[in-house]
Amino acid sequence: MATLRYEQRIDAPAEVVWSVVGDPTSIPQWFPGIVSCEVEGSRRTIHTATGLEMPEEILAHDSLEHHFAYRITAPIYRYHLGTIDVAALDESSSTCVYETTAVPDVLALIIGGGTIGALREIGRLAEARFAES
Amino acid sequence: MGRKILFITTDQQRYDTLGVNGGQLARTPHLDRLAKEGIRYERCQPTSVVCMPSRASMLTGQFPSTHGAWMNGVALAEDAPSVAASLHDAGYATALIGKAHFEPFLDPFGRFAENALANLGVPTIESPWFDGRRGVHRGFDYLEFATHGVLGPLHYAKWMQAQHPEALEGFYPVLDGDLNVNALGGGDSGAPQVKFNDVPRDWYHTDWVADRTISWLNQQTDERDWFCWMSFPDPHHPWDPPRSELARVPWREVDLPVNYPVSAGERESLLDQKARHWRAWYDGRVVSNYEAPAKWVPATLTANQVREVNALNAVEVELIDEAIGRVLGALALKGWGDDVDVVFTTDHGELQGDFGLLFKGPYHVDALMRLPLIWRPAASIGASPAVVSAPVSLVSLAATFHSIAGLPRPSWSEGAALPTSDVDAANRGFDQSVTEWDSALFGVDVHVRSVVTRDYLYSEYLPGTMHDGSEGELYDLADDPLQRTNRFEEAEFSSVRSALSERLREHAERPGERARPGDLVAPV
Repeated sequence: MATLRYEQRIDAPAEVVWSVVGDPTSIPQWFPGIVSCEVEGSRRTIHTATGLEMPEEILAHDSLEHHFAYRITAPIYRYHLGTIDVAALDESSSTCVYETTAVPDVLALIIGGGTIGALREIGRLAEARFAES
Repeated sequence: MGRKILFITTDQQRYDTLGVNGGQLARTPHLDRLAKEGIRYERCQPTSVVCMPSRASMLTGQFPSTHGAWMNGVALAEDAPSVAASLHDAGYATALIGKAHFEPFLDPFGRFAENALANLGVPTIESPWFDGRRGVHRGFDYLEFATHGVLGPLHYAKWMQAQHPEALEGFYPVLDGDLNVNALGGGDSGAPQVKFNDVPRDWYHTDWVADRTISWLNQQTDERDWFCWMSFPDPHHPWDPPRSELARVPWREVDLPVNYPVSAGERESLLDQKARHWRAWYDGRVVSNYEAPAKWVPATLTANQVREVNALNAVEVELIDEAIGRVLGALALKGWGDDVDVVFTTDHGELQGDFGLLFKGPYHVDALMRLPLIWRPAASIGASPAVVSAPVSLVSLAATFHSIAGLPRPSWSEGAALPTSDVDAANRGFDQSVTEWDSALFGVDVHVRSVVTRDYLYSEYLPGTMHDGSEGELYDLADDPLQRTNRFEEAEFSSVRSALSERLREHAERPGERARPGDLVAPV
């Protein structure tokens, strides 16, 4: 089992960042390669640019703690846990932490690699949203 | 009209696998003929001995420490300089057919264009260019991809999955259940990454790459120049060529490589002279990089496994040579035989039994660093055939293609156009080539810098988890062409060592803008 953790400082309040990542249907807007998704209750199905369909289970969606957790349940992922946490640094900036734990270990690197780009895009979207507000 | 350019690359092919370079196993008449008609380089080095950094250097004319794709799994920035973009700007039609690998393969989301393109069903996409414009991806207006297997999202794999699903099982499973490079043995000898493959030859990726190249060439017109990068995935492992072709090189009749130490004692003695990670890998104590099977111990490699791997490698090399012959024939049918520059090379070599090892890694010796390179200029320019013994580098390819197209060397290219003779090499200062290695994966990081001159191969190990910065290797290429005797600590070579170390320092401090090192986002 391997865990990779990346974080991004974002010049937007935590509530604004959460408005991006806390919406489970928003993932195609910020995770590189995910082109669409459907959400039904705690089930999310993502569709990737390679043409794959991957089922996911949403484990936690806590708007008070700004914590989101999900699991990719496709068979190749023997174990996966993704968590996204947003914490306020001050009234106009925050940090977003994206952690990936997976078995086999290589998958943590592959998914974690995607989360680097996801964090950048989350930051860009949140900062744009904050600038417009 | 300018000169058309056919750029042919293979993957992981040693210098000595071509007949014209002294190879004894594979018959390579088409490449041998190109070499005799053109310029054959006797000491060409890659900028890196793994695929992604080396291929990025071909495209950008930059060393990995400049272009930023510093190890496999680190994507070349989308807006990195590209010789294909220059040629596209100059009016060339531009295509890359086969293995690209500027972007990581293990990318289930398809966040990289190489992995998404086949599913998108378009010949290219628009991406940012290095000069702030947007244009076709990396300068190519046609892209069609293949790699070593039939799984995944690339064009060849999708074609096989759709058209010939019954043949998929014949291919070696490149990765194991843990997504590491597979150690599973096969063939007659149980060698890793070997499998008898019942796929018909016509469906194998070597012929597919040639077929798709011919199809693209047949769509081109006399009125427009073109640059076509035809990139074969072989003879990189897995060694699973079509079973129908195996009789070409019966493995039991294959001689052991001259640099394969037959006894374990000799192997260990040779490895103990080198930097410590060599022996650590051999013994199974450390796997320093993803490119070799994580669960395979080199000390278990048998002489028969070396024979069988070399035989299968030779079969793959022969199939490539025949595929090249078909493409050259197609060019002749189009009436372009005298108007096309053909450049052939590979991205890096393969240990293939040398020192009792297989595959590749931070092991800077000729097995991995001495590459076949042939440039057959268009017959219409009347260039004289030549053999160039001066050290040259793949970093010169981008400038060479600019030169062929009549374009000036771009400011971003760190390499000058290849010399056309040893006199030209001497006049233009081709007296060294540098190869870099950087890797950091799962707690092991290794950093090597090597310089090759006409006389020496010298490596310095920078501090990492395996080295403290004091280790190195120095080989006298005249007395020790197999690099068996490490002179690094010998007092009588201290002045040579100092001079070569100074060359590496100058390389490290060379002027020029560097891209930010890219993020490691996949193992390969």
